[in-house]
Amino acid sequence: MAALEVRDLQTHFFTREGVVRAVDGVSFSVDRGQTLGIVGESGCGKSVTALSIMGLIPKPPAKIVGGEVQWEGRELTTLSERQLEDVRGHEIAMIFQDPMTSLNPTLTIGTQIKETLRRHLDISKDAARKRAIELLDEVGIPKPESRLDDYPHRLSGGMRQRAMIAIAISCNPELLIADEPTTALDVTVQAQVLDLLEELQASHEMAMILITHDMGVIAESADDVVVMYAGQIVEQAPVQELFDHPEHPYTEALLGALPQIDDASGRNQRLTAIRGRPPDLIDPPKACRFAARCPHASSGDSCATHMPELREIRPGHFVRSQHPASERAGKRVEVTA
Amino acid sequence: MHAVDGVSFDILNGETLGLVGESGSGKSTTGYCILQLMRPNSGSVRFEGVELTELKGESLRRMRRRMQIVFQDPYSSLDPRMTVGNIVAEPLIVHSVSNRKERRARVRELLDTVGFDPSFTNRYPHEFSGGQRQRIGIARALALSPDLIVCDEPVSALDVSIQAQILNLLKDLQDQFGLTYLFIAHDLSVVRTMSDRIAVMNDGKIVEIGDAQYVYSHPREEYTRALLKAVPIPDPRKMKERKQERRQLQKSLADG
Ligand SMILES: Nc1ncnc2c1ncn2[C@@H]1O[C@H](COP(=O)(O)OP(=O)(O)O)[C@@H](O)[C@H]1O
Ligand SMILES: [Mg+2]
Repeated sequence: MAALEVRDLQTHFFTREGVVRAVDGVSFSVDRGQTLGIVGESGCGKSVTALSIMGLIPKPPAKIVGGEVQWEGRELTTLSERQLEDVRGHEIAMIFQDPMTSLNPTLTIGTQIKETLRRHLDISKDAARKRAIELLDEVGIPKPESRLDDYPHRLSGGMRQRAMIAIAISCNPELLIADEPTTALDVTVQAQVLDLLEELQASHEMAMILITHDMGVIAESADDVVVMYAGQIVEQAPVQELFDHPEHPYTEALLGALPQIDDASGRNQRLTAIRGRPPDLIDPPKACRFAARCPHASSGDSCATHMPELREIRPGHFVRSQHPASERAGKRVEVTA
Repeated sequence: MHAVDGVSFDILNGETLGLVGESGSGKSTTGYCILQLMRPNSGSVRFEGVELTELKGESLRRMRRRMQIVFQDPYSSLDPRMTVGNIVAEPLIVHSVSNRKERRARVRELLDTVGFDPSFTNRYPHEFSGGQRQRIGIARALALSPDLIVCDEPVSALDVSIQAQILNLLKDLQDQFGLTYLFIAHDLSVVRTMSDRIAVMNDGKIVEIGDAQYVYSHPREEYTRALLKAVPIPDPRKMKERKQERRQLQKSLADG
């Protein structure tokens, strides 16, 4: 059994305007030593998925209305806040796009690491200090001893991100959830932080969930990929398989919309734009949520009235579409034959 | 302290010069100096042979009409209290180029050109998504039929699918109106698809400039090489190779 199993997770926001189905039946699992990438455009439910696992959704207005989060065989959605606090930081840790959301600006880096250590582990002050220095060193912060007394704002963006990672791994979590950890960083720093996460994951044998809107980051760091659209998983596959044979028209479109740095046609590249935008998650269509933007759907199709199931189109490759690439290709062959 | 120091380059008529670099490298400052939104302490900015840094008053105003800017953030760069129609019409009013009726027609034409439904002229910016707002910003930049547009990170706040719409639009407009662009972005892939030539900035200086194809395939400077190696490409196989090259490069930078 996988370390983390999310089954049919449904997290909704109960707002004055109506019920926002932010996460609407999401299932996946992650094993130790493995990185699951979750990719999709803003508002598709990536962060809410992560926060639901961590028990950190704002209640109210949010509520997990269905599904399970099985962590090492334990159901997390029914734990008390006290029990969750033990899991968080100790067994499952999370890092965010903006380090300042999890770093306290009024406390030094050293104090914050030591506090986390002493909250979860039974160690002396001296041992905590020693461990804090080791951790800063491990995440590649130069001269860690002199950094202990720095406040977060004294560090550059990349160094702050590293400090947050140090806190996150301080208690040797078994699962690390990284929500857009490099989105605010320059490319060179992004590359370093992704390298660091990869090294840490290997050395600590962690499971990792890497959330990003960037297919490049996915290609760089994920083993398995979940593509989300409008609160649902629309495609799921091992990373190489996904890039070699994207099936869902949305995944294809996302890849086609990306400017290619190594495309020799350079300025003459024509990007495939996706017309329109995602549906409102209050009363989303009963049909395929991508249908309105799908270049392959026509009004007579069943996907215009019924939500396609997430089905296994090849071993380990799941797609939620009536018009996956391989079946379209198949049709074309029939026509010409 | 200089944000930008001794930067020299030309932008040719009708081309796109891409300006890349990491945050704080001085890209926007360079753009603002060209537009004379910021007046450089020293140095020269010439537009069709006219020295802009010496212009004042009416003659500066007249030159400014021919150079416009599209900003990064389509949320903060549009006045929330103004209707879409007034935002687009504003440059026409400021430069008093037309009467009311002509303006109304022109605004509709501009919005139509950028793919924004002209029947929404009486709505407010907050009613629209980032991509739609960026179209409004582009329509405003086009209002005075400029020759040069500085695009300052015009798509960095947008999702990829929307980003592609806006990039395609900018290219179409360039073909249609013979525009010259200074295209500023931190995303090297985006700049690659937009530019004829590319200038790489680091720490307030241009470290490398040349034909886009050439700079990307034969980066001369160590800095450009490091930057290019850091860009994630959507291909897991290539990424593996890249990661190795990158680590070697980092080692050689650290060693030497
Ligand atoms: N506080 C909130 N109130 C109402 N809806 C919310 C709130 N936070 C998030 N949502 C909804 O949840 C959806 C998913 O959000 P999120 O998980 O943050 O997206 P992502 O991380 O993929 O960009 C959004 O489309 C939004 O409609
Ligand atoms: Mg998010």
